[in-house]
Amino acid sequence: METARKPLSPQRKLKILEVDIATIPDRCRGCELCIELCPKDVLDYDPKLNVHGVHPPHVVNEEACVGCGLCEEICPDLAIFLRRKEEDKC
Amino acid sequence: MIQETHPLEKFTRKGMIPHIWCAGCGDGVILSEFLRALDELKMNLDKVVVVSGIGCIGRISGYVNLDGFHTTHGRAIAFAVGLKATRPDLKVVVISGDGDLFAIGGNHFIHAARRNIDMTVICSNNFNYGMTGGQSGPTTILQDRTTTTPYGNIEHPFNLVHLAAASGAVYVARWTTMHVRRIRESIKKALTKKGFTFIEIISPCPEQYGRRNRMPGPMDQFNWLREKSVVQHFTDPLKAEVGLDKIVVGEFVDIDKPEYTDLLRRQMMSIQERLDQEGKLTNAPI
Amino acid sequence: MLRRDVLGGEYFTQGDIACAEGAIAAGCRFFAGYPITPATEVAEHMARRLPEVGGVYLQMEDEIGSVAAIIGASYGGVKSMTATSGPGFSLMQENIGLAVMTEAPIVIVDVMRGGPSTGQPTKGGQQDVMQAKWGSHGDYEIVALAPSSVQETFDLTVRAFNLAERYRIPVFVMIDELIGHMRERLIIPSPNELEIVDRKKPSTPPDQYSPFQPDEDLVPPMAVFGEGFRFYATGLTHDETGHPQTDSAEEQAKLVRRLCDKIRRNKKAIIQVKRRFLDDANVCLIAYGSVARSAIAAVTRARQRGIKAGFLGLTTVWPFPEREIEAIADRVDRIVVAEMNYGQIVREVERRFDYRRITFAPKLGEDPHTPEELLTHLAREEK
Repeated sequence: METARKPLSPQRKLKILEVDIATIPDRCRGCELCIELCPKDVLDYDPKLNVHGVHPPHVVNEEACVGCGLCEEICPDLAIFLRRKEEDKC
Repeated sequence: MIQETHPLEKFTRKGMIPHIWCAGCGDGVILSEFLRALDELKMNLDKVVVVSGIGCIGRISGYVNLDGFHTTHGRAIAFAVGLKATRPDLKVVVISGDGDLFAIGGNHFIHAARRNIDMTVICSNNFNYGMTGGQSGPTTILQDRTTTTPYGNIEHPFNLVHLAAASGAVYVARWTTMHVRRIRESIKKALTKKGFTFIEIISPCPEQYGRRNRMPGPMDQFNWLREKSVVQHFTDPLKAEVGLDKIVVGEFVDIDKPEYTDLLRRQMMSIQERLDQEGKLTNAPI
Repeated sequence: MLRRDVLGGEYFTQGDIACAEGAIAAGCRFFAGYPITPATEVAEHMARRLPEVGGVYLQMEDEIGSVAAIIGASYGGVKSMTATSGPGFSLMQENIGLAVMTEAPIVIVDVMRGGPSTGQPTKGGQQDVMQAKWGSHGDYEIVALAPSSVQETFDLTVRAFNLAERYRIPVFVMIDELIGHMRERLIIPSPNELEIVDRKKPSTPPDQYSPFQPDEDLVPPMAVFGEGFRFYATGLTHDETGHPQTDSAEEQAKLVRRLCDKIRRNKKAIIQVKRRFLDDANVCLIAYGSVARSAIAAVTRARQRGIKAGFLGLTTVWPFPEREIEAIADRVDRIVVAEMNYGQIVREVERRFDYRRITFAPKLGEDPHTPEELLTHLAREEK
């Protein structure tokens, strides 16, 4: 039977965009917003310090990323952004 | 194709990024969302002028790759009024802070709103004067500590949304820097709407304000914004409060009324037509 | 061809109106101001005339906003002006500094009245002349012109716009209240008799343009907003690209020197004076504005009585005509400085001439000195 709506709890993983996350580590000032606000816990602190003496973000859980873009939008330093891999398959 | 540079790089002035703002400063978010709004609107960027005043947010006119002017303290709107009145073809955006726009610049704000002159004013409200080290301002919350209210602020703050609405702005909105996409949509709406449009953006200042008021880290202030803000569109502006327990955000005014440069142009045309009809060079007594 | 902006012809009108007509004839298409006695008539006349010529009159909420607005219009490519008197002039000072720093061509008219503070709004004075040069903070140079008649008010207002455009500075027209309100004959020339100067435009394409890169004459060409130059101007100390340079001592020195030198090096082209009977004078009378009228009458009568008096009129008050003073300093025994204040321009003269041989003739309140009053100063100690 065809359903009119999309399921709330899909069996398969829904991906909005095929993206990977790029960072510009030396721009990051360590506000931690991207790491804390990511809804999928994709990011964590890079053990390596940058020129500002803070731990910039790095991707630890790439599979979990749904490409919501919050990290890119909330970053005050233009230090993290999404890179589109190909056209979205939604 | 893999992009190596940040998608907003093309909108920033070469050599000016990285900016001078602190870690977690809301101004950085405002910069990004403003640029994204411009990108999405596909405006002719040669015709956009950013005017800013003195303060941390005032540096923004140097960071965006647009015509820009950094005025004396409080006079961004007055400059913008002179520019817009003589060059109605330009899209004039004033981006400044709570002190610049509402303390020293308060008079210019209310009169520009009263005239309903076509421009967009974006206020980065961080509840203090950050650039000079964290002094109190007209939006500092009651009992907050700043360097000039070391015993707690005893002055009631302005309700900026109410002030803007009462002065005659045709579009008034308030968001926090948590509401990234809503900020962008509001900026797009304000830029395309004719008349005096105002957006207040509650903006964290971890280094000066947050540190002295129980919110030392960027996340602390963002958590406050996230947990305590509530979207209540078209609430009576008088009741749209900003406080520790509740931050009312949303769009509060969206009306239409005759705009200054339109009225000016119409009046000018009728004056000149009359002179043509009467065959005179002037009707003024010399 | 008859034009609405240059109303060639003969008129009988007041100084304030002559000033407004001079502005419009020079190409001024924006006036932002606030009413203040005795300059209100300038605003009122501009309110009537600007729409007729396609310009904009904007009554700002205060004088501070007025200067900010005219700087805005100037950056939009429009010649702009404001008019005020003492109290408003004081309010304008901070933004005058902004105009200097961002090299915005603007004209500010000060119809001077008795001060300090609210003073005597309807009576004259020349108490603002030092303020024109030193009123704002920081080191800077400006041009201030002092007309002595209604006709000269028209002519000097046109010149003020030309100088502002040429050197990218604020230029001040310091009109005595008497001249502003009196009525005299005014001849407005026909358009082809007027010399109009426009600001230098950039010769480089937008991507190579540096907004504060000066030419040989120390004046940078000025782009306007909205033409793709995407340039940025700030009141902060900046380099040629316009970027703030708040940490560099060299940049501060370089910028301040250039902003001053662009006037200091061009004094000869800027300064104008009036001379009467100076070739063989023993005593020189120095005056400006409305006092110059009495001064000319005084030296004429003095000559009739055999007194070898001469007159030097400062049509340009700033930059101060030092060379012109120096030129007579060796030849005259005495200098009499007459002004409607308690000692302003006389201090500049004292820098160039032995102060013991200077007679200072102040006049406070209402009217300029009469020729007879000045004559007594000239006649005294005549050798």
